[in-house]
Amino acid sequence: MTRELAALACGLVFGAGLLVSGMTNPAKVLGFLDVAGTWDPTLAFVMGGALSVNAAAWALTRRRDRPLYGERFALPEERAIDRRLLAGAALFGIGWGLVGLCPGPALAGLLRGKLPVYLFVAAMLAGMLGAQLYTRRTRR
Amino acid sequence: MISDHFAPGLGLAGGALIGLAAAGLMLADGRVAGVSGILGRSLVAERGDRGWRLAFLIGLPAGAALASALVGDLHGFEITDGTGRLVAGGLLVGFGTWLGNGCTSGHGVCGMARGSRRSLAATLAFMATGAATVFALRHLAGAS
Repeated sequence: MTRELAALACGLVFGAGLLVSGMTNPAKVLGFLDVAGTWDPTLAFVMGGALSVNAAAWALTRRRDRPLYGERFALPEERAIDRRLLAGAALFGIGWGLVGLCPGPALAGLLRGKLPVYLFVAAMLAGMLGAQLYTRRTRR
Repeated sequence: MISDHFAPGLGLAGGALIGLAAAGLMLADGRVAGVSGILGRSLVAERGDRGWRLAFLIGLPAGAALASALVGDLHGFEITDGTGRLVAGGLLVGFGTWLGNGCTSGHGVCGMARGSRRSLAATLAFMATGAATVFALRHLAGAS
């Protein structure tokens, strides 16, 4: 139960951070991606703030043998920069640029009661399931 | 030209909260706070691996709503896309993040903080195609 409570607390802080930073507003994200238009650099500052805190914390956390409540640090073992990684990231970017929503802000917007968010999240789940079927068939 | 909506202070403050949350999940449970991975694997997770995922995912909208109640809806919410674009965008985001093992949080905030070259490559790729898509829609096609 401790693990679940810790995850809930982290989700709450993460969601609060998304709202404070403005990343829950798709128009702000599109304003960042629109480098040739009236540019809104806020997203770079969000990324900078998040990265500096998380990198500093990781420098300390990695000295530990194990996490506080878990058995081990579940870090990705994949190292290769391959076609699958780049194709996936490229497709994700196109969808991100179409709407201005990525997974975190899409879920953080669910309590706004806006139909577009529900549609987007439903399609995102369908896309994930589709990719799971696709990668299972091709064995990456 | 720089937009009137540019908010570096709130961006840094909100970003620091996101970084704190990601650091907390790693310290507490050894997990990468990548939203697409936590969500995508919650669909196929075994018992015992699902609870923490759902708890984190419930926290996202609840945390945003709580923050909005405490400090106000600081930046508003504007989305004007039609159904077709929303569905296409959602499908691409879902498919692409599963295929590429991460999104803005997993690769952008967590992977890059650990110095992962893979995450750097992914982040550069989705930033590039995201910017190219907005450029095509706003400056080539003329639509918004």
